[in-house]
Amino acid sequence: MNAILLPVAIVAGIGLLAGLGLAIASIVMAVPKDEKAEAVLEVLPGANCGACGYSGCSGYAAALAKGEAQPGLCSPGGEQVSQAVAAILGVEAGQTEYKTALVHCMGSYDNTADRMRYQGIASCAAAAQLFGGTGQCSWGCMGLGDCAAVCEYGAITVCNGLASIDPTKCKGCSKCVKACPKKLISFVPLKQQAVVRCSNCDKGAVARKNCKAACIGCMRCVKACEQGAVEVKNFLARVDAHKCTGCGKCTEVCPQHCITLLQTGQAFIPYPKEPA
Amino acid sequence: MIKGLIAVFLAAILTENYVLNKFLGICPFLGVSKKLNTAAGMSAAVIFVMVLATAVTWPIYYYLLVPNDLAYLQTIVFILIIAALVQLVETVLKKYMPPLYNSLGVYLPLITTNCAVLGVTMLVIEKATADASYTYVYALVNAFGAGVGFMVAMVLFAGVRERLEACDVPKCLRGLPITLVAASLVAVSFLGFQGLVDGLLGT
Repeated sequence: MNAILLPVAIVAGIGLLAGLGLAIASIVMAVPKDEKAEAVLEVLPGANCGACGYSGCSGYAAALAKGEAQPGLCSPGGEQVSQAVAAILGVEAGQTEYKTALVHCMGSYDNTADRMRYQGIASCAAAAQLFGGTGQCSWGCMGLGDCAAVCEYGAITVCNGLASIDPTKCKGCSKCVKACPKKLISFVPLKQQAVVRCSNCDKGAVARKNCKAACIGCMRCVKACEQGAVEVKNFLARVDAHKCTGCGKCTEVCPQHCITLLQTGQAFIPYPKEPA
Repeated sequence: MIKGLIAVFLAAILTENYVLNKFLGICPFLGVSKKLNTAAGMSAAVIFVMVLATAVTWPIYYYLLVPNDLAYLQTIVFILIIAALVQLVETVLKKYMPPLYNSLGVYLPLITTNCAVLGVTMLVIEKATADASYTYVYALVNAFGAGVGFMVAMVLFAGVRERLEACDVPKCLRGLPITLVAASLVAVSFLGFQGLVDGLLGT
């Protein structure tokens, strides 16, 4: 009888001891859980994209629960998430500023050309290391689609050697911004406004030689703007999105047609259209 | 003594590699070796748990099970102890080292049921039964070496897999099949270490 009882007692004893030890340890070393943060994390999209500026959704949830962050920073989630978060935290939702990524280049094959027949790895990052890229304009889009490859929302299309982003699909996660080796993509507020779709800082004559749609820094847009929203620096015009009213006067005077109006609420037409 | 310990340590890494020679712990070996840093994190946790588990199970075996003629209970008791131990380590890490806990993440619970850990604790006892000079210290060094061996295998294989990513693999072999082929080749290459430690240290 002893031969059966002893092993049973020993195994049961060890199990009991281990269980007790674990139970005590979990009580003594309990980590206080932030219930608010957990609840907020539930409503966040869970994309861990980092667009809010925190390390993933859990980081943003923790900052929100502590009151260090504002709801509405989550651009993939948009209005809905912002309101849900505000409801949990019991604060005003505030205005979510919608933004979209924009390719600041119009260097399609209509406007510029390649200066080499590139046959290497089909990636912008690789091509950019080869004599400053494949295009005649060393600032412009090479159209190899690193940005389209990282976009999880299918918002980016590359056609005719130029990437363009559908503002209606863009969630503002900033993955394409990081992926572009030419730093052509940046965020602009999603409203009707003028945007300079060129990143060329070469002098006017050089820029014009390389691309038909390059900003040559002629200052006409600066003079045309009544709000003082446009400035030219390093032979490249820039629009202050907060001052811009979207009147479109600068787009009319631009001799290179590289300032365009960003239209919202329209069906997206990839620029330029695929040649028929 | 020192020479013997070095021999045991090196043997545990190279000639008796738990993953590549004894084929223990294959699931984390295949599952977690996709990226170098996760492989290293998992291995660090395994080293820690292997040493700790051996340190605890050895006295229990020799002072509790053997005197009562219960050596046959070894497996079940060891599983129980290792599982409890890993849970305890997890609780402690969560409280006092949150960054480490976050970086180890899911790997700690994975170790709970890792056959390599159980294998180490049982094999050192097997060795000690066969050889009287094989003491507690030897067992601990052996466990540490086994953990380092696990790390070597994981890191090596993570490197191999990163190279595989860029290869044009035939469609029928893509994914797990080619990984298993690669794993077997790495294991075969480790056969080359057979007899190396004995020859090196003359034990």
